[in-house]
Amino acid sequence: MLPDNMAKVTLDGVSKIVSTALIDDVRPGDYLVLHVGYALAKINPEEAERTLALIRQAAAMGDAG
Amino acid sequence: MKYIDEYRDGRLAKEIARQIAALADPARAYYFMEFCGGHTHAISRYGLEDLLPANVRMIHGPGCPVCVLPIGRIDAAIALAMRPKITLCTYGDLMRVPGSNGSSLLKAKAAGADIRMVYSTLDALRIAEAELEREVVFFAIGFETTTPPTALALKAAIAKGLGNFSIFCNHVLTPAAIQNILESPDVRKLGTIKIDGFVGPAHVSTVIGTEPYEFFAGKFQKPVVVAGFEPLDVIQAILMLVRQVNDGRHEVENQYIRAVTALGNEKAQAEVANFFELRESFEWRGLGEVPYGALRLRPQYVAYDAEKRFSMVTPAAKDNPACECGAILRGVKKPADCKLFGTVCTSDTPIGSCMVSAEGACAAHWTYGRFRKKARQVDVGRAVA
Repeated sequence: MLPDNMAKVTLDGVSKIVSTALIDDVRPGDYLVLHVGYALAKINPEEAERTLALIRQAAAMGDAG
Repeated sequence: MKYIDEYRDGRLAKEIARQIAALADPARAYYFMEFCGGHTHAISRYGLEDLLPANVRMIHGPGCPVCVLPIGRIDAAIALAMRPKITLCTYGDLMRVPGSNGSSLLKAKAAGADIRMVYSTLDALRIAEAELEREVVFFAIGFETTTPPTALALKAAIAKGLGNFSIFCNHVLTPAAIQNILESPDVRKLGTIKIDGFVGPAHVSTVIGTEPYEFFAGKFQKPVVVAGFEPLDVIQAILMLVRQVNDGRHEVENQYIRAVTALGNEKAQAEVANFFELRESFEWRGLGEVPYGALRLRPQYVAYDAEKRFSMVTPAAKDNPACECGAILRGVKKPADCKLFGTVCTSDTPIGSCMVSAEGACAAHWTYGRFRKKARQVDVGRAVA
């Protein structure tokens, strides 16, 4: 975390300074959705896991069919 | 990278495609439009269309900001940049968009105009701070994702008392454009494309939420599934759309729950509302005049509005008559239907805007799609004939 609502992020090993002025409660280790140098949203880890579970479930149904 | 790689599992994608094939009614066809250029790119890059059964087809929508910007606005920006003391800052993908008579910002730069490519509005602001003797104009384009960054740059410029910073505003709105595709008389004239549902944008929806889609899902009885940009996100969204169509439902569903909420990013929305207001009408390339489909600066910020400050005029300008970008943006034609595609119009020498941005339907098809087996057979057939 840096002053003035800025933060240092890494994108697959590439470091970049971005603005976090558009979102609240950013903490080190958070995953962010970035767009033109600004964080637009935080990734919700529980919902991310739930989506993957749903995808795996759908894929398993395809297997059975 | 976490939250990326696991959504690119090809084996799972194939299984879901099998599930779609099992659910899709062979007696009918399903046409879904992915509105957003980010999805168009993902669909081409990962070859998702080849995984889908023949009766589930994707139509590429107009959600590519560079593609829908009318030529006249590029001409106006070039004319401004040629004036003394003006520094025009812009996102990279605008640089090569063709203006009238073979012009572009890149060529204007080569001819001596001070045009600079920036990654973020903050870069433009830094240039204005460092070079107080220059008039720094930010060429602002994009949907709801790039508007909050423009608003914050303006806010910072006002706070810092930067009198040499202004905005050439071309921000546009997603819901208005989707509605226009469904109800514009002009679109009907060109041949209505049958659309059974929409894959809703990912990043745009992080800002506006899923709520704005409720209105037209109800009014036009079309399902909308907001989806992330990874291939598994898109294919899962298509499965959700097929299920909705089969059930006769037309709901707004959210596949991208890990980043999108019903109400979206209210902080970003508030910043936008502080500085921008609706334009009664704005020309979209390919869609024509879209009512309430774009934003301008509020009157109290007229000093920061480059259009007013520099008395900019947007000349009436026509596309290359052979260019099919208009019909492609409406989903009426495909890139390969255009006779310029792959002949004079390539990503190195774009004629139409759909070939310029990586999000454009033509650029996506040029980069990835033309290598598909079916497309290749068609090309060979034509070459022989």
